Amino acid sequence: MVKRSYWSLPYLIFMVVFVVLPLLLIVLYAFQDGSGHFTLSNITRFFTDSDSLSTFALSIEVAIENTLICILLGYPAAWILSNHKLNRSAVTVVLFIMPMWINALMRTLATAELFSMLGITLGKGTLLFGMVYDYLPFMIYPIYNTLMKMDNSYAEAAEDLGAAPWKVFWKVTVPLSFPGVMSGILMVFMPTVSTFAISEFLTNNKIKLFGTIIQENINSSMWNYGAALAFIMLIIIGITSMLGETKQSETEGGLI
Amino acid sequence: MKKILAQCYIWLLLAMLYAPLLFIAVFSFTESRVLGNWTGFSTKLYANLFTGGVNGGSSLMSAVENTLLIALIAAVFSTILGTVAAIGIFNLRGRKRQTMQFLNNIPMINPDIITGVSLFLLFVFLKFSQGYVTVILAHITFCTPYVVLSVMPKLSQMNPNIYEAALDLGATPSTALRKVLVPELRPGMISGFIMAFTMSLDDFAVTFFTRGTIGLDTLSTYIYTDARKGGLTPELRPLMTLIFLLVLVLLLIINLRSARAENKAK
Repeated sequence: MVKRSYWSLPYLIFMVVFVVLPLLLIVLYAFQDGSGHFTLSNITRFFTDSDSLSTFALSIEVAIENTLICILLGYPAAWILSNHKLNRSAVTVVLFIMPMWINALMRTLATAELFSMLGITLGKGTLLFGMVYDYLPFMIYPIYNTLMKMDNSYAEAAEDLGAAPWKVFWKVTVPLSFPGVMSGILMVFMPTVSTFAISEFLTNNKIKLFGTIIQENINSSMWNYGAALAFIMLIIIGITSMLGETKQSETEGGLI
Repeated sequence: MKKILAQCYIWLLLAMLYAPLLFIAVFSFTESRVLGNWTGFSTKLYANLFTGGVNGGSSLMSAVENTLLIALIAAVFSTILGTVAAIGIFNLRGRKRQTMQFLNNIPMINPDIITGVSLFLLFVFLKFSQGYVTVILAHITFCTPYVVLSVMPKLSQMNPNIYEAALDLGATPSTALRKVLVPELRPGMISGFIMAFTMSLDDFAVTFFTRGTIGLDTLSTYIYTDARKGGLTPELRPLMTLIFLLVLVLLLIINLRSARAENKAK
């Protein structure tokens, strides 16, 4: 297979055209005005527009809250699922993974409809609940995966050396499962900031998130400002993925 | 005791996750247009769905067809492109290999909206009219990385000597490829294909930005427009219920089968 390295060429060309070039175009459009001249006004507009800024702050806030709740609810679940003494059934694991394979829009809509039937007013509370509902499986799955792959002898060694069960959990299990938590955060945080449609459905259009204003600008032909907002999001993605230097690929590779 | 508590927690979370889905499923068996209003048991919505008598005309069914067709085409192309790419990347070394893997990771890390907006700008920039072709190209873009990732492990697990042996025994490289390499990679290609297919089915944002204005609807964009108009097409309820069931059964089969295979291996 020595000479097959040039087989990567078609994919390289494909990625340059459909991945690299489009991202460069976001940057290009972000720094241009409508007639194609260089400008910083799109970026400064974001930092001076209180509406955009408050939407941005709210999106980050909702994303942080959502991520935290998902960790708090998801970690124990992942731990129980991976523990052979507590859970022997493979079916429960599948039941937790299943929602990841269903269209998020469908699930969100079902949630929103359930809320309105129960007479709960749509607002920030329902938004958060819906977000947790949508993203919880994406937190549970990577944590479950790392816990399953974890070498049990570390925990056993700690036990043999006299550590109390809670101490084994905090000092051994939790630190070893950190990569799983990190990729869970990556799979929950950025998608929450960038969703559109989901927040509209869950709040009856009352609350907009950052993704929604990008979409609105692009759809009303304000490409340059839309691109500037997308550019700001790209920078945040860069920062968050550098912070969580875990290989997301590892956890996503084996979904089935 | 501890076990009972743990099981309670698990089933409580599952109840929360499945309440909306069950709610939709229950109300798929009544005729009322408004969700949550029970007007007696009926399978009329199911009948409507299959006979094409959907209130919103045939648009729902054509959206379903589009979704499946786009997913199928995108998955086939991604599987071919991704497998060839994986073989290529596997034979690269050092920097070049790292660069390819880095590029391969970008579409997976990018949120849908960035992929969607960036491809939208690309097609605008190239003055490429948007429709089926652009949606399929966009889907290939975000599906292929998953194929590469599922084929790569099969390449590193495989014994390179088998391929060399085929060549030594007089097989041409193309025969060796067909008779040795492809069969070895097949499990990875199949799981890559399934991943690509479901990623494409799931997608909303990327389709939304690349479908243009020709009125092309997939299931997701149909639901989006429908919900914004206020009031869902009632036939969506049986459709969603069937999709939930189908996915659940498929996942159960796949996972239980692999769990059994693992147990046997042990």
